[in-house]
Amino acid sequence: MIELSDIHRDFQVGDQKVHALDGVSLTIGAGEYLSIMGPSGSGKSTLLNLIGLLDRPTSGVYRLDGQDVTALSDRQQAEVRNQRIGFVFQAFHLVPRLTAAENVELPLILAGVPPVQRGQRVEQALAAMSLSDRSRHKPEQLSGGQRQRVAIARATVMQPTVLMADEPTGNLDHKSGQDVVRILEQLSSNGITLIVVTHDGEIGRRARRQLHMLDGRLESDSGTGNA
Amino acid sequence: MEHRRAIDQIALPDCSKPRNPGENCGLVMFFRDFLHLTIDSLTAHRLRTFLTTLGIAVGIAAVVLLTSIGEGLRQFMLSEFTQFGTNLVAINPGRATTAGTSMGIFGTERPLTIEDAEALKRLPYVRAVVPFVQGNAEVEAGNRHRRTTIFGAGTQLPEAFSMAVGLGHFLPDDNPVTPRAFAVLGSKMRHELFGKANPLGQRITISGSRYRVIGVMESKGTVLGFDLDDTVYIPAARALSLFNRDSLFEIDVLYDEQTPVDRVVQGINRTLEERHGREDFTITTQQQMLDVLGSILNVLTVSVAAIGGISLLVGAIGIVTIMTIAVNERSSEIGLLRALGARQSQVLGLFLGEAVAVAAIGGLSGLVLGMGTAWLLHLALPALPVHTPLSYVVMAEVIAVTIGLVAGVLPARRAAQLDPVEALRAE
Ligand SMILES: Nc1ncnc2c1ncn2[C@@H]1O[C@H](COP(=O)(O)OP(=O)(O)OP(=O)(O)O)[C@@H](O)[C@H]1O
Ligand SMILES: [Mg+2]
Repeated sequence: MIELSDIHRDFQVGDQKVHALDGVSLTIGAGEYLSIMGPSGSGKSTLLNLIGLLDRPTSGVYRLDGQDVTALSDRQQAEVRNQRIGFVFQAFHLVPRLTAAENVELPLILAGVPPVQRGQRVEQALAAMSLSDRSRHKPEQLSGGQRQRVAIARATVMQPTVLMADEPTGNLDHKSGQDVVRILEQLSSNGITLIVVTHDGEIGRRARRQLHMLDGRLESDSGTGNA
Repeated sequence: MEHRRAIDQIALPDCSKPRNPGENCGLVMFFRDFLHLTIDSLTAHRLRTFLTTLGIAVGIAAVVLLTSIGEGLRQFMLSEFTQFGTNLVAINPGRATTAGTSMGIFGTERPLTIEDAEALKRLPYVRAVVPFVQGNAEVEAGNRHRRTTIFGAGTQLPEAFSMAVGLGHFLPDDNPVTPRAFAVLGSKMRHELFGKANPLGQRITISGSRYRVIGVMESKGTVLGFDLDDTVYIPAARALSLFNRDSLFEIDVLYDEQTPVDRVVQGINRTLEERHGREDFTITTQQQMLDVLGSILNVLTVSVAAIGGISLLVGAIGIVTIMTIAVNERSSEIGLLRALGARQSQVLGLFLGEAVAVAAIGGLSGLVLGMGTAWLLHLALPALPVHTPLSYVVMAEVIAVTIGLVAGVLPARRAAQLDPVEALRAE
């Protein structure tokens, strides 16, 4: 489903070129659960952003379901992100002035889903995260674990095919982190393709397929976890 | 397997294909949601929004207030000028380069005389001719005296200037060169000199010469700063000798409404040139006076609008500033929206919407503020005319919204063009 071949991503810093991704080739099948690990600065986030269509490679080909998506216009990429990809961030990225429900509603609003259909979908997404009783709370009134669960509800409300999580437990204590991982794995077992970037070996090893990165390259790949 | 939807429609959104029921084609947001998001972010920073709104409101209020006063003044002046009627022509001694500026410094022009005025009466379309001299003199009646304005005029003055006589008669149709010593009082003058007593037939002394009062004018009030009630009217020939002048100040001609003003001007020109040998006088039509007045008032209105425009500019800069700050502060939110599938145009629209909303609310408050102040001003100073035409109201709001658009476009474009990854990283 996701096919990367010889992806490079360079950043120009002053008159120096940083090779954040230095020839990454990778194929991810639908429904796979994989973790990406590696030292800081090895290019994990850069890779994730590329797969999530938030960034474009300097060179290389990225095919999503057989179609070359690097050439898509901003508008088309936006639609792919909206319809197919869910993001979960380390810093939650909830809009502070909106309630939990309103935060979850955002992707639906951007997609132009009529208000009558949104309420139910938001409710379901929050209920799946056991947050029904928190829907009217602002992010500042929620704990870290609850915030991340709101973020996961928001990432899944459009029922995407791919869920990307960049250090989803990085800002959480151990217990809430465990909860979040369990929720993500639950989604994975329901069929979503799950990609988790993490520093935490314990979490990373739970994935069926584990990637290690070093200096912008894939150092090891535990192999297709033949999902 | 709900999550497994084939990605077969990544290419340009195809509006003909059925999508999820009710879903908009090509990610078009609903206006209500758009409004909701905009209002949300505006109310999140109440003080800041209020201050930015205030900037525009003050600008719009200034424009509305100042132009209201300007427009009121224009209408006031127009009615002052036209209350004597519009088919009037004034003739002044001396050649003028532009209407109103005499070249009298050369001192070569011949005086404008009572005989000139008499000659003009013979023109067919002339209905009334009023020779006119003005000066100040001491007026005595019994033991009362008062220094006041003396108008030397012709017998047709009431007709020419649509002024009415309240008591007795106006100056009679005497031989204009040697008229009898009759005087007509302004209504205020009558009270000053005679109180409630009947002034008709009474004798008054003006600078030592004796006159008999034969009439009192009806009250006319103040016109362009002149109190027409605090005056004495005497025959023009007597005023000339009283003030020791050989030329009239002015001859006013009332002509038939059906006659085109150009023909009147031509006729007067020919008559006077014949008598003077050359064109050493200036003819000013009422229309010319109105034009001059109009252009003066236009300059006034434009400069006043410029002042308001400057305050609007300041308001616009306020919007640019606050929106730029907002884009910086909310860049992680912008990154998030982009990750959730917002197109550049949607981000642009949201920020532009905020700028326009601030400006539009500011515009409305400015209208209320400006018109309210104009109204209060009118209550405090009833003499000051204030008028706000509806077109100004509409225009002010259109201007406010336009300012919002123009001021918002740069910050909004910056927001839309932020790199999503970097925007997300900003904290
Ligand atoms: N916008 C940028 N400009 C310049 N260099 C960048 C930029 N983004 C990333 N890099 C560089 O690319 C490299 C990979 O960065 P990336 O964020 O992908 O690392 P990471 O593996 O996610 O690290 P961490 O575990 O600390 O999050 C780093 O050397 C980083 O400095
Ligand atoms: Mg990272």
